[in-house]
Amino acid sequence: MPDAGPEIYLLAGVALFVTGVDSLLAQSHPLRRIMALNVMGSGVFLVFITLAARTPGAVPDPVPHAMVLTGIVVSVCATGLALALADRLPPATGKTRLEHRPDTPNSPPDRRKEEGE
Amino acid sequence: MTRRACIGLLSLGLAAGLSWAVMRLPDAPAGLTAAALAQLPESGVTNPVTAVLLNYRGYDTLLEVGVLLLAMTGVWSLRRGEWPAGDLRDRPLLMSLLRVLLPMLVLAAGYLLWIGAFAPGGAFQGGALLGGALVLALLGGLARRLLRQEPLLRAGLALGVLAFAAAGALALGLTGRLLQYPRGHGGAWIMGIELATLISVGLTLGLLYLGGRPEKDP
Repeated sequence: MPDAGPEIYLLAGVALFVTGVDSLLAQSHPLRRIMALNVMGSGVFLVFITLAARTPGAVPDPVPHAMVLTGIVVSVCATGLALALADRLPPATGKTRLEHRPDTPNSPPDRRKEEGE
Repeated sequence: MTRRACIGLLSLGLAAGLSWAVMRLPDAPAGLTAAALAQLPESGVTNPVTAVLLNYRGYDTLLEVGVLLLAMTGVWSLRRGEWPAGDLRDRPLLMSLLRVLLPMLVLAAGYLLWIGAFAPGGAFQGGALLGGALVLALLGGLARRLLRQEPLLRAGLALGVLAFAAAGALALGLTGRLLQYPRGHGGAWIMGIELATLISVGLTLGLLYLGGRPEKDP
C-alpha cells in the first residue's frame, strides 16, 4: 500500500458508516432509510478490505475478503426484501413514510410539507 | 433542541468514537493470511478467497445461500412481480444490443466461475453477471417463457442451498465432518457446489428485480 496510508480508507469507511447512521435516524421515508443502510454497509466493507490489506505479506488476508463478498450479496438481497416490504407500506397503512410518534414536537418542516403527497 | 440537531450531535459523537477506534487498531495485525496459505495445497483450489469461502468456512457460505433463498421467499410472498414494459418491436436498438450482450454475459459468468479456483472470481461474481443478464432479458421481454415455469424457477432458486447441504451431508458421511471434503478431491467438490450456487445466485439477483412472484399469465 502506498504511503498515503490505510488511515484514509479507514476514515472514509467511518465517514460513510456515520453518514448512513445519520440518515437512518433522521429520514422517515423507507426508501431513504434503505439507502442509508446500504451506505452504512459500504462503509463497513471499506474498513474490512482495508484491514485485510494491512496484514503482513504480499497477499491480503483472504478471510475479510470472503466475508465482504458474502456481505455484498446478502446486502443486495436484504435490500430487495426491504424494498418489497416498503412497497407494502402505503396499502397497509395509508402512509408513505414511517411516522414518528404523534406526540413528538419539532418535526422537521420538510416532513410536514410532504405529508400531503 | 430539535430532533434533527440531536441526531446530528449523536452522529458526530459516533464519528469521533469510531475514528478513534479505527486509528488505534494495530498497524500490522497478524491476520489469518499465514494460516489460510499454509493449508491452501490441501483445499483443492489456489485462490485463497475461494478456499476460505468454499472450504475453510464453507459453513458460512452455506448459510449465506440460505439467506438468499429466505430473502427471495419473503419477496415472493409479499408481492406479485411487475412486468417491465416489453415489446421489442418498439426498441430495435435494445434488441440488437441484447443479441450480443446476453451470450457474452453468460459466457463471462461461466468463465468467472472457472477462474475462481485460481484467481479472483467465483460463484458470486459469476452469479452477479448472470443476474444482470436476466435483468436485461426481462427488460427486453425475452424471459417470459422462463417466468411462466414457476416450478422450474423454484427449483433453480433452491438448487444452491440444496446442493450445498447435500454436499455437506455427503462429506459428513465420507469424512465424518460437515463440509470436510475427501482428501485430494476438494477442487471437484468446490466446483460442483459453486456451479449450483452460481445458478441460484444468478436467478435470485435477476428475479429480485421483478419485485415479486411472477404473474401467472403475463
